[in-house]
Amino acid sequence: MSTYAKKQGFGATLWDYLTTVDHKKIAILYLIAGGVFFVLGGLEAMFIRIQLAIPNNDFVSAGFYNEILTMHGTTMIFLAAMPLVFAMMNAVVPLQIGARDVAFPFLNSLGFWLFFFGGLFLNLSWFMGGAPDAGWTSYASLSLHSPGHGVDFYILGLQISGLGTLIAGINFLATIINMRTPGMTYMRMPLFTWSTFVVSALILFAFPPLTVGLVLLMFDRMFGSNFFDVAAGGNTIIWEHLFWIFGHPEVYILILPAFGIFSEILATFSRKRLFGYSSMVFATVLIGFLGFMVWAHHMFTVGLGPIANAIFAVATMAIAVPTGIKIFNWLLTMWGGSVKFTVPMLYAVAFIPSFTMGGVTGIMNAVAPADYIFHDTYFVVAHFHYVIVGGVVFGLLAGVTFYWPKMFGTMLNETLGKISFWTFLIGFHLTFFIQHFLGLMGMPRRIFTFLDNQGLNTGNMISTVGAFFMAFAVIVLVINIIITSVKNVKVGNDPWGDGRTLEWAISSPPPYYNFKQLPLVRGLDAYWVEKMDGKTEMTPAEPLGDIHMPNSSILPLTTSLGLFVAAFGALYNMDDDKTWTVPVIIIGLLITLGSMLIRSIKDDHGYHIHKEELTDDHDKGVKA
Amino acid sequence: MQMDQKFTDTTWPAAPEKATLEGKNKYLGFWLFLGGETVLFASLFATYLALKDKVPNADAALAKDIFDLPLTFVATMLLLTSSLTSVYAMYHMKNHDFKRMQAWLVVTVLLGAGFLGLEIYEFNHYVHEFHHTFTSSAFGSAFYTLVGFHGAHVAFGLLWITSLMLRNAGRGLNLYNAPKFYVASLYWHFIDVVWVFIFTVVYLMGMVG
Amino acid sequence: MVNERLNSANPSFDLKYRRKKNAEEMKHQVITFAMMIFFTLIAFAAVGFDFSKWFIKPVILLLAVVQVIFQLYYFMHMKHKGHNTIALFLFSGLAVGLLTVLTFLTIVWW
Ligand code: HEM
Ligand SMILES: [Cu+2]
Repeated sequence: MSTYAKKQGFGATLWDYLTTVDHKKIAILYLIAGGVFFVLGGLEAMFIRIQLAIPNNDFVSAGFYNEILTMHGTTMIFLAAMPLVFAMMNAVVPLQIGARDVAFPFLNSLGFWLFFFGGLFLNLSWFMGGAPDAGWTSYASLSLHSPGHGVDFYILGLQISGLGTLIAGINFLATIINMRTPGMTYMRMPLFTWSTFVVSALILFAFPPLTVGLVLLMFDRMFGSNFFDVAAGGNTIIWEHLFWIFGHPEVYILILPAFGIFSEILATFSRKRLFGYSSMVFATVLIGFLGFMVWAHHMFTVGLGPIANAIFAVATMAIAVPTGIKIFNWLLTMWGGSVKFTVPMLYAVAFIPSFTMGGVTGIMNAVAPADYIFHDTYFVVAHFHYVIVGGVVFGLLAGVTFYWPKMFGTMLNETLGKISFWTFLIGFHLTFFIQHFLGLMGMPRRIFTFLDNQGLNTGNMISTVGAFFMAFAVIVLVINIIITSVKNVKVGNDPWGDGRTLEWAISSPPPYYNFKQLPLVRGLDAYWVEKMDGKTEMTPAEPLGDIHMPNSSILPLTTSLGLFVAAFGALYNMDDDKTWTVPVIIIGLLITLGSMLIRSIKDDHGYHIHKEELTDDHDKGVKA
Repeated sequence: MQMDQKFTDTTWPAAPEKATLEGKNKYLGFWLFLGGETVLFASLFATYLALKDKVPNADAALAKDIFDLPLTFVATMLLLTSSLTSVYAMYHMKNHDFKRMQAWLVVTVLLGAGFLGLEIYEFNHYVHEFHHTFTSSAFGSAFYTLVGFHGAHVAFGLLWITSLMLRNAGRGLNLYNAPKFYVASLYWHFIDVVWVFIFTVVYLMGMVG
Repeated sequence: MVNERLNSANPSFDLKYRRKKNAEEMKHQVITFAMMIFFTLIAFAAVGFDFSKWFIKPVILLLAVVQVIFQLYYFMHMKHKGHNTIALFLFSGLAVGLLTVLTFLTIVWW
């Protein structure tokens, strides 16, 4: 177990991670995998910006540009932002609610491996005949006619990783509903836990439409069905609806956790209770609810008719209300607080205006007639990067810095962190602010180059320079991580000194069983309440007893691996000249079904840590 | 508490599916999953409704040409009855009567298999009689996908319940497997719920025109 | 919760009580089932007898809804206590689903 991890060789550690069902290690797996994909997506972004730095550039060809663009969007959304969000949730939520683990540790691991193999599969397309090139939205009219197998990689890869996401969503819902420690009522849950809760519900209801859409697209491309083929009675608008019924909630799936992280950070470093806690909870739930009623704002120019457009325009604008509530609450949290500008706090403070700008352009886009002008121009690109980078990425960078000590027991360097922050902030605004104007000047989205003498040169050059700033910031962050890990200076429970919630009441990183005795929660900001009473520890809610733990297992990995293998067979099955595909499908499915069968036949009762061992740990100080 | 502890009729809890934390989690998690499945089937229904009778030419089969009232009726009766038999199985589970529970599950599986057999016959019939295939029209694609997804759920349910029965045949009920039987029966009812809408919306309303 | 009754002074009385309650509930289940079959018969008969489709369609849809409520609340025990969270999630899913159906009946262009 993790207690002995230090003494393990590399092989044993690797095996430990491949089979782990511990939410803290799964968080690290998500962080690593998501981080790698983030760098990959970032590299693709750099290629895009280099190509667009000057007019008539031929750094990449038009076809290759489409692949890079598609993979950038798809990777960033599904393989970087989502898993990084899951890394934060896994690392923090069970601790915040005072749980020993998530409700389904085995499924937690399965969710990770499905995402991982799905992402790997998608990215192998680069080496196997070309990446998908129909945009991350993969509109059916375009994707049906995309030659080669790129789009098939998109379909199958997202299908596999989407399954993992759905599982993760259900897991967090069950965890938050069933596993809260005594005293942790819903209205005492920290906001990050609340946003995880709402986001998991969004995942539960948003991913099935994507699954259906991908299945239909798969049938059309691989098995000759006619869902989107107008000549045979099909309808390509169906794809657009299914995609956006998923797609709009998806953007809230990404931004709400960032909101949650910022709420924690702003309260912590203003050293003040979060302003308007209950209105924050209300706003989070309301945003989640409204998030399902607005998807057609992505389809204003499809021609749904004035009534539909009007309804969706109004619904979209309505979301500005709960979002505005949040913005003001954050500002008022800082108001009168004794603010400490640590790196996470800097991100939080910079986030507020940056995100608000994205929100304002969002409202502009929601004005349906005006959207006829904005649609498919760089104005839209600027808008969604303002929310997605200024919101989600800022949130993740802040969250990773904030929770780094809780995950690894070490503190990232503040000076390097500040260098990263400032270059990223400057680079971000350089890159994307100017794109509003490029868009208004008529530069279309998703073009691989532009002509000279159209007034677009300077803007594009500025944008590219900004992108290099951001790349620099990320490099500094990586260096920071390496230095911190090599130095390996361990810190205590509450390294920021102002922790308010339960996760700071436990050692960094926590022992593998989390809380020796479940803590008793006596109010909002449970740890702060105890601190104010002059205590340094939580009051236990139960006597010391045996702790029940789940067993590690390799089956999540093999289950996912089987689907990964089968996907290759399915993908090449449509080529007439390949005879090996059916056996490959069968082998893959046998691996998956076999793993599932073993799982259901072999009883897994877990094991117990005995009381005596726990008392031992206490005497020597916690080893893990 | 030892999970595979043996129980007597008197010590057996009244709600064995929720007597352990694992059981409670499984029970809740499965219901949540059914919430997701609701959206999944709704999306398939929506697609079907949008593509109903959308065909490339006048020769292609339409809903009102192909469906057959008696066949659908028999299939419906089989599945509805299997819902009742699985309720019987759970009734005996609560009474800690393993043998009777198994017996009713066998009946459930047989009825489900009968339903699946009819569905296969039906699909075959459409293909050969009406050239109504998965690729012949958008209507065909949507029809086979919706009804086929449901059929696949039935097939998976059969495999699931059967393997549960086989695995536990030798050892009777305990608090480890009771939640498993319980959620499998929930799944089976859910399949029935979906079928109620399929026979109403696809078949009956299809025949009405 | 229910387990607490395990410790009651007279377990055999307790058992008898529980058995009786279970049997009673099972009786309700059978009645529910009979009604579901009855509704199904009406629905099929309505189509078989060829009434106006403006009459048939709403009626059989209504019958389906009632039947599904029976399934959920009796067969799947949602009428029992402690199903609030479950109901919330199930009906939210249903709301999203119905919105999707409504969309696909109105704004997919034709
Ligand atoms: C941080 C540096 C980033 C840069 C420099 C960058 C740059 C770009 C550029 C130039 C485009 C092409 C726009 C077009 O031609 O239509 C693009 C598209 C896109 N980006 Fe980014 N991006 C960055 C980060 C992100 C992140 C973090 C996300 C999501 C989490 C993201 C999501 C997208 C999406 C969804 C598209 C649309 C792809 C498509 O049209 O299919 N980007 N990005
Ligand atoms: Cu949207």
